[in-house]
Amino acid sequence: MDRFTKLTGVAAPMPLVNIDTDMIIPKQFLKTIKRTGLGVNLFDEMRYNRDGSEIADFVLNRPQYRNAQILVAGDNFGTGSSREHAPWALLDFGIRVVISTSFADIFYNNCFKNGILPIVLPQEEVDKLMDDAERGANAVLTVDLESQTITGPDGGSIGFDVDPFRKHCLLNGLDDIGLTLAEAPAIDAFEAKAAAARPWA
Amino acid sequence: MSTPRTLYDKIWDDHVVREAEDGTTHLYIDRHLVHEVTSPQAFEGLRLAGRTVRAPEKTVAVPDHNVPTDPTRLEGIEDEQSRIQVEALRRNARDFGIEMYDIDDHRQGIVHIVGPEQGWTQPGMTIVCGDSHTATHGAFGALAHGIGTSEVEHVLATQTLIQKKSKNMLVEVDGDLAPGVTAKDITLSVIGKTGTAGGTGHVIEYAGSAIRSLSMEGRMTVCNMAIEGGARAGLIAPDDKTFDYVKGRPHAPKGAMWEAAMTYWKTLHSDDGAHFDTTVRLDAAEIAPVVTWGTSPEDVLPITGVVPSPEDFAGGKVDAARRSLDYMGLAPGTPLREVEIDTVFIGSCTNGRIEDLREVARIMEGKRVKEGLRAMIVPGSGLVRLQAEEEGIAAKLQEAGFEWRMAGCSMCLGMNPDQLAPGERCASTSNRNFEGRQGYKGRTHLMSPAMAAAAAITGRLTDVRDLL
Repeated sequence: MDRFTKLTGVAAPMPLVNIDTDMIIPKQFLKTIKRTGLGVNLFDEMRYNRDGSEIADFVLNRPQYRNAQILVAGDNFGTGSSREHAPWALLDFGIRVVISTSFADIFYNNCFKNGILPIVLPQEEVDKLMDDAERGANAVLTVDLESQTITGPDGGSIGFDVDPFRKHCLLNGLDDIGLTLAEAPAIDAFEAKAAAARPWA
Repeated sequence: MSTPRTLYDKIWDDHVVREAEDGTTHLYIDRHLVHEVTSPQAFEGLRLAGRTVRAPEKTVAVPDHNVPTDPTRLEGIEDEQSRIQVEALRRNARDFGIEMYDIDDHRQGIVHIVGPEQGWTQPGMTIVCGDSHTATHGAFGALAHGIGTSEVEHVLATQTLIQKKSKNMLVEVDGDLAPGVTAKDITLSVIGKTGTAGGTGHVIEYAGSAIRSLSMEGRMTVCNMAIEGGARAGLIAPDDKTFDYVKGRPHAPKGAMWEAAMTYWKTLHSDDGAHFDTTVRLDAAEIAPVVTWGTSPEDVLPITGVVPSPEDFAGGKVDAARRSLDYMGLAPGTPLREVEIDTVFIGSCTNGRIEDLREVARIMEGKRVKEGLRAMIVPGSGLVRLQAEEEGIAAKLQEAGFEWRMAGCSMCLGMNPDQLAPGERCASTSNRNFEGRQGYKGRTHLMSPAMAAAAAITGRLTDVRDLL
């Protein structure tokens, strides 16, 4: 996993609430057996006409947001399925930070496994960042994970919370599985105990 | 005396392998269900790192999402990408020693229907799958939820998941359901009340006399849609109905082991005085048959209602409702009962079980699918299909004008040939009405099997109570 430390990039506004995983990456693109190459189909049905031409007023098709690395989104972003293709598509497009008032649980977890930082903020702060993002190419935000701050185009900055363990993994680009395999003796011990207590399971 | 605990607390406590000071926990996983769409990258990750599957005997594989539901699939899957995914699952199951119910196996079906049927799902277990509707298994008093592909790989390699504990939420539904009102109406009504983010950060326990009175099939329908309410998982405490369902299944404990399991399972309920962070109560008698009008599962209304106006909402939901109505091609103020449909889909992990098909057959008794409608029934598993055939339901439904398909996820998510055409409107027993979910520009109205049968008869959204 790529580490995430600090990012300065263009923020794109997507104020719609309940942006679901079928919107982020429609089902026909889940047939891949790879993790890469999904960026071109990110938000496919909102972004393209059926003939493949771009829908001009979709945010990521507008010139000032084509290289966006941050999304500022409406409430309950990522609701729906467990498809990790959603963060894979965001990452492949170049999005490394998503900011919203809330995220669906599985999507939120999936982001951290892929070097994407999802940030939860109160409504008034999301509204302010949405305003910043609406300003287009001037809407450059700096997200610093170490200090847990977002700095806006006007120089003002706000703090955000992140789970310490997840922060540690993101900052260092750590592979969870490697960490857990180092706990093998604890898993062995648990299995021995569980086999005695619940031998049928 | 020890602190009273919820059912979720108890299952959690019994599966903690290791807990760090900040609460980050390695939780042991008893059962891992695997399907073809969210697992290939996980197995590839194992191979690249030279890792193996820690507990193949606790892992089960079933292809379901993109398998066609017509019998020609036995001659090979035509769509190349779908075929490659199913072949990859077959190869991965073989290479890593995992039991698989393949597409030519009469036990194949939707993974969340196969797990309980085969007795893999048992009370008190932790169960995960790379699919959000894993919540279904919570009906047995198991802690069951969806995970992403990275977590699938993590569970394959370590049989654990790194988690932080969720909050406890109680959804209590007391009273008697009126005729024509079913488990689907309960679960949709809960989401209509709490919203799709209402359960975020929580595990829901469903309780109350209306929940207790449901069959196991109905309870699975309720828990299945806990995820649409935003919750990590949904749970129902096991009781005699649960034990009767599990007993004798191929992978259920037998003999003395059954007795030992029963002793433990009977402790699996929330203690008196256990703390819930959030409580929601519904009066069963006030629940009407419901349908969705929009593109979020929270867009729920009684069938007697009218299409709402965006101005009926507040905040970001105003624009979302406007977008939904435009997508759905509906004008505010239109009575829901006047909305005409093109297609009826009965199936999915929400409503593809035998009881659902019996209910449809009951409503269809002496009636026919309206001329010109496309109406399909997709049993949730090969065993459900066989049972419906043995009970004579299949023949009756085919005579009434339904297509009778092979088992799979089918039109619930349109990853296979079963899809809506642009603009087509569907009365669907599935779980999501998102834009494009059942096919590009397809329009989905979620409802119970009874309501979908009623719509099949009249060709429009219909109050099933008018047909009883």
